[in-house]
Amino acid sequence: MAENHGATAVSAAGKSGTAAGTRLLEVENLTSAYGPVRALDGVSLSAEAGRITAVLGANGAGKTTLLRTISGLVRPVSGTVLLDGQDITKAPVESMVGKGMAHVPEGRGVIAELTVDENLRVGSLFRGKVGKGEFDRVYDLFPRIAERKNNAAHTLSGGERQMLVIGRALLAQPRILLLDEPSLGLAPRIVAQIFGLLRQLVDSEGLSVLLVEQNARSALSVADVGVVLNLGRVVVTDSASTLMGDEDLRHAYLGF
Amino acid sequence: MDYFVNVTITGLTQGMIYSAFALALVLIWRSTRIVNFAQGSMAAATTFIALALIQAGASYWVALIVALVSGFVLGAVIERVIIRPVEGGPELNAVIVTLGLFVAIQALIAIIFGSSFQSFPTPFGVRGFELGDTTIPLTPTNLYVIAAVLVTMALLVALFRFTRIGLAMRASAFSQEVARLLGVKVGGMLTLGWGLAAVVGSLSGLLIAGGTFVYPAYMDSLIVFGFVAAIIGGLDSPVGAIVGGLILGLALSYVSGYAPRGSALVTISALVILIGVLLVRPGGLFSSSTARRA
Repeated sequence: MAENHGATAVSAAGKSGTAAGTRLLEVENLTSAYGPVRALDGVSLSAEAGRITAVLGANGAGKTTLLRTISGLVRPVSGTVLLDGQDITKAPVESMVGKGMAHVPEGRGVIAELTVDENLRVGSLFRGKVGKGEFDRVYDLFPRIAERKNNAAHTLSGGERQMLVIGRALLAQPRILLLDEPSLGLAPRIVAQIFGLLRQLVDSEGLSVLLVEQNARSALSVADVGVVLNLGRVVVTDSASTLMGDEDLRHAYLGF
Repeated sequence: MDYFVNVTITGLTQGMIYSAFALALVLIWRSTRIVNFAQGSMAAATTFIALALIQAGASYWVALIVALVSGFVLGAVIERVIIRPVEGGPELNAVIVTLGLFVAIQALIAIIFGSSFQSFPTPFGVRGFELGDTTIPLTPTNLYVIAAVLVTMALLVALFRFTRIGLAMRASAFSQEVARLLGVKVGGMLTLGWGLAAVVGSLSGLLIAGGTFVYPAYMDSLIVFGFVAAIIGGLDSPVGAIVGGLILGLALSYVSGYAPRGSALVTISALVILIGVLLVRPGGLFSSSTARRA
């Protein structure tokens, strides 16, 4: 990966006028259920502008449901989702990306039948005509997928797929990026590369990230703020370094 | 030799029409995972609209355009109003709905247009071209059918490969959820997909009707052959639908032309070919079992 390109490569957060540290995404008292089972039970949290917020917890803690409810794929029983103060709880899924929120779903969401280049183009469709320069910048950021530009996406490795979907999300020029388990199934080296790149984008471009991870150790090493979720409820919210230092909490909920 | 060429050209022409019908099925299957049993009835309905116009004095070409446009509208409206509520639900629900539409539309045609046999014109002659003293077995109607299907397919390929809306349609077909997260209005793409599929289906109905008689159930044999062609090709593959249609058209033409009492064997040989292909490749000739993994 091209660390040296990263800083100037992508003008994500292009339309963001939100100052770092203000609450960009706010989730208030969110409850979601699958039939009688409550996957989220009154969850409140916020993601600040220009920060990486990591939501941690074991399998079944409600992490994926949280992201799916925020982006409208799951409709909540109660509670609200605010993006930059605007209520988006009932907004259609298709409109989220236009509001500045890009959600990379569980399993990455590569469209396997399309080529790498077509995947990127789908990500920019809603914006109308997008200059070639923006695609080149994504390819500069991820030279490995540039080499495979015209290959079908199902031929990519796990790491390449993750690069593709992050690049695709960046083409939407999001203010906030929702990532569901980006480290899943990837070698530690690749995870470190991808998290390092996220950190760069956040620090230099003012991107905001809401990251959901089971791999708490890696996630806390890159995040600013950690939110620990257990059985659909928020157990604790604190700075990443404080959570890292709390041995009891790590043993009880984070598995390391 | 002449006879062989003649049988081959007939097979190719028929095969093109099967291909078009199969392609209509494949387009809908790929985007909504629904087998549209009503495709034949929908095509018959538009053919009768064309016939009504021709009988009222309109030219064949005007009638053709109006029929294709009404095919588009019919497909889009059916998707939006009748199919949408069963999309994504249990597969059997959608099957029952399209089977119901098949019967209902056919009955509606009989009520509106009558159930007698009516002749449907063809814009070109059915006599072979003459080269000097010899008449070759290729007729202007053969050429018209082949060209009409090829042009339609080329337009579809161009739409899907080179336009933004085509890309949005493919993304919606392959992965609805991801497409929605990327801001694609998937519902609109599905409606458009049904409309386009109905245009291709209507074209096959208009072409098979040319120079013969139509009645509300005149599409029934084409429905059977179109389904066989689509399944030979592997229901998921547009190329497969086209190849499947051509293989079937040629094979049936040879059976009908060479086997003793051949014409009686046509339908059964279609089923034999189908079973043969499914035994060797259960997913169809062009199935891809690896591609559909996220």
